[in-house]
Amino acid sequence: MSDIEQIPVTMTVNGKKVQRFVEARTLLIHFLREELNLTGPHIGCETSHCGACTVEMNGMSVKSCTLFAVQANAAELTTIEGMANADGTLSALQEGFRQMHGLQCGFCTPGMITRAHRLLQENPNPTEDEIRMGISGNLCRCTGYQNIVKAIQYAAAKLNGTEFQEAAE
Amino acid sequence: MNDMTPTREQREAALEGMGCKRKRVEDIRFTQGKGNYVDDVKLPGMLFGDFVRSPYAHAKVTKIDATEALKLPGVIAVLTAEDLKGVNLAWMPTLAGDVQMVLADGKVLYQNQEVAFVVAEDRYIADDAIQLVEVEYEELPVLVDPFKSMDADAPVLRPDLEGKTEGAHGPRKHHNHIFTWEVGDKDETARAFKDADVTIKEMISYHRTHPSPLETCQCIASMDKITGELTVWGTFQAPHVIRTVASLLSTIPEHKIHVIAPDIGGGFGNKVGAYPGYICAIVASIVTGVPIKWVEDRMENLSTTSFARDYHMTAEIAAKNDGTVTGLKVHVLADHGGFDACADPSKWPAGFFNIVTGSYDFPTAHLEVDGVYTNKAPGGVAYRCSFRVTEAAYCIERGMDILAQKLGMDPADLRIKNFVKPEQFPYQSALGWEYDSGDYHTAMHKAMDTIGYRELRAEQKAKQEAFRRGETREIMGIGVSFFTEIVGAGPSKNCDILGVAMFDSAEIRVHPTGSVISRMGTKSQGQGHETTWAQIIATEIGIPAADIMVEEGNTDTAPYGLGTYGSRSTPVAGAAIALASRKIRNKAQMIAAHMLEVSEYDLEWDVDGFQVKGNPQARKSMKEIAWAAYHAPPPGMEPGLEAVSYYDPPNMTFPFGAYFCVMDIDVDTGVAKTRRFYALDDCGTRINPMIIEGQVHGGLTEAFAIAMGQEIRYDEIGNVLGASFMDFFIPTAVETPHWETDHTVTPSPHHPIGAKGVGESPNVGGVPAFSNAVNDAFQFLGSTHIQMPHDAWRLWQAAKDLGAHG
Repeated sequence: MSDIEQIPVTMTVNGKKVQRFVEARTLLIHFLREELNLTGPHIGCETSHCGACTVEMNGMSVKSCTLFAVQANAAELTTIEGMANADGTLSALQEGFRQMHGLQCGFCTPGMITRAHRLLQENPNPTEDEIRMGISGNLCRCTGYQNIVKAIQYAAAKLNGTEFQEAAE
Repeated sequence: MNDMTPTREQREAALEGMGCKRKRVEDIRFTQGKGNYVDDVKLPGMLFGDFVRSPYAHAKVTKIDATEALKLPGVIAVLTAEDLKGVNLAWMPTLAGDVQMVLADGKVLYQNQEVAFVVAEDRYIADDAIQLVEVEYEELPVLVDPFKSMDADAPVLRPDLEGKTEGAHGPRKHHNHIFTWEVGDKDETARAFKDADVTIKEMISYHRTHPSPLETCQCIASMDKITGELTVWGTFQAPHVIRTVASLLSTIPEHKIHVIAPDIGGGFGNKVGAYPGYICAIVASIVTGVPIKWVEDRMENLSTTSFARDYHMTAEIAAKNDGTVTGLKVHVLADHGGFDACADPSKWPAGFFNIVTGSYDFPTAHLEVDGVYTNKAPGGVAYRCSFRVTEAAYCIERGMDILAQKLGMDPADLRIKNFVKPEQFPYQSALGWEYDSGDYHTAMHKAMDTIGYRELRAEQKAKQEAFRRGETREIMGIGVSFFTEIVGAGPSKNCDILGVAMFDSAEIRVHPTGSVISRMGTKSQGQGHETTWAQIIATEIGIPAADIMVEEGNTDTAPYGLGTYGSRSTPVAGAAIALASRKIRNKAQMIAAHMLEVSEYDLEWDVDGFQVKGNPQARKSMKEIAWAAYHAPPPGMEPGLEAVSYYDPPNMTFPFGAYFCVMDIDVDTGVAKTRRFYALDDCGTRINPMIIEGQVHGGLTEAFAIAMGQEIRYDEIGNVLGASFMDFFIPTAVETPHWETDHTVTPSPHHPIGAKGVGESPNVGGVPAFSNAVNDAFQFLGSTHIQMPHDAWRLWQAAKDLGAHG
């Protein structure tokens, strides 16, 4: 084993307090995936461009591939694993992605839903342009985004208690 | 019958069979982060492998010293070509009949080529060790331009082929030449050009790009030294082929190799081939006896494991003054990089590029493709298209536009004039294909009417006049594309991979309680097979799709199949599924006859069971029949209710479509805005319209990326430019246009359910639609052809060269 110094970190992940020792260089995404077995967030580019690794940290969307685990010390984190409703049913966003066919291979989906969750927290009734700009840090290779936009509109309507009206083709 | 008895319509709806927009079963796990991708798999004691790569595009490797790396705590081994020679794996055969270095054997042929494989306890230590491996290189002259590959004084890239005048596909005419592939009638075509009223000739390049799925290529190899069994988890679009190749290369018997392709994060052709990472992980696991994980990073993915296109196509069309085409001549210079690792069926060195006559009735044609080596990464995969079909579609669709321009004809009218007519199907093309079915006129007219084509042309004319008067700096283009795809490889008479015929398979087991497990030789990478395959079975055997589980990707449990690429799953495995289902239904009919004490000929199928003709009250549902199959089968009949089908298709399928793109380009910034994009697809019978629409959206977005900026470029010394998402264009939700989709339905006459495949059509038809829109916009300024990709810088440059900047 390497003799690199181990640093203690404490954080709350999906409502659960965790304590571990990590190397200073350990990336947050590797900490989540390897140490905590939260394999929902994915690694797509290692350069912050694709957003597959998006998690929520202290009420902000962050790309966990370019943060060190030590930077998340004392933070409150939510990953896709913490997105379902308390009773285990799909959240409005998760349901919206399924209903509107907002995913195909599923690799970008955890990051995309996590990002959309924050977007709707900040702007509960976004326009199509605001949704497109709001998810522009998350790449999808399969869907062409159109159905992702609809999925987020579906979730917004559901959360607002209004009726979702699918845009005409 | 009482009020509670479901109606026929209700029973049909309950099945969620073919034609309905069934929601995907995969999404339950994917939306919760519970997919299981390769990098999610962890095994006890697992080590990590990573590559030392070459900074040079062409160099001799004179020394590799791993001494310092091996001193680093946590480093287990450093493999080089010398180590691999011990197991005869320093080189591996490619799908195209060439050989490829697994690790640099004395030299490197492209930047980032694999030089040594470091094995360490974790990925961080492996990365540290890479920096400590000392490699000495002696630089050699670099060959980047394929047009210079066959110069007399071009550097020799492949000394291993010295003196080899015969390649896998015939004679080699130069030390950097791989093959010449010739199809068609040269003399007849020459005559057509001699007699033509009008001819056009243009060199149309389709630049190098990359499929770049969001999940890179990765694997875990685990050798059990006690049992002699090897298990390989990997991002494999064709897991069964990988098992066969692994057995042939490793000499481990095929039954002792277990290949598992779990969830795959997109493929688009990238995950068809076998790469050095797989070989090195397997060898390292055989040597160490512990599992080895190898995961590409994005830069490695973009710069090494496969590329797509890089076809330089000189197209010539002969025509009469009225626009009737009389001959087509195409020469392709194909840049294959340092090794020919093109992923095509083995007998097809340029794939199905001979679909290049497109949707048009060319009486004669001649095609010649020359493959050459350069100092670039190997690959040549079909990036969301059947083999080299998108190159062919781009070539003919640009060619038809250029001919229309020369004739002063409208490009849509020129196409309609030359379409293969409905009554000509099955149609024999001049380059050797039999198109199974089509109705091009109906599709084209529906598309033109929907988009308001004539009105758009009038608007364009007015805008051009306004531009000339200096009232606007924006120009408008209307891109027309009418493509014919060729998918569903393929018939064993002409399609194989390393000798294995390109059939596909399905196995269906109906359990006693009437639920089903089914397994196929294909492998979804996002196409939604778990959802759609169940829909086919539901319709065929009357069991609700919700009660049918679909499994793919485990070579121990699934029947042998050739995998998912080239839009082959629906045409080939989809047919196997229908036929296996029908075997079950046939047996079920005999069981039902026994249960109802009638002759099986007195029974008729009704949605979800059999009923006595003329007496629908006397019926047995499939659920009842399934129980009887295990409980009390007819005397003399084997119990159970399951079937296997291996389907060798009699022909390819030929999906087609009419795409229109309306674009506005600012000549002062080069920024192009897609105002409208309309895609009409005819993929025959539609299994799940929601999934078809999703496939079309995704393929169009990839087409948009390719046409408008995505490129793998090299500088003059072979440095790969654009090997990260910083430089390689992947559109975000902001740039991506809005898509309008539409369809006609012309079922395939030879497919059991009439389906043709759709996943790749939007890429094949989309790229020419975008490029034709750009070229159409610039045409009135005196331009004939502007090469892709059409990013803002290049469009600004084009406008400048055409004098649009004053």
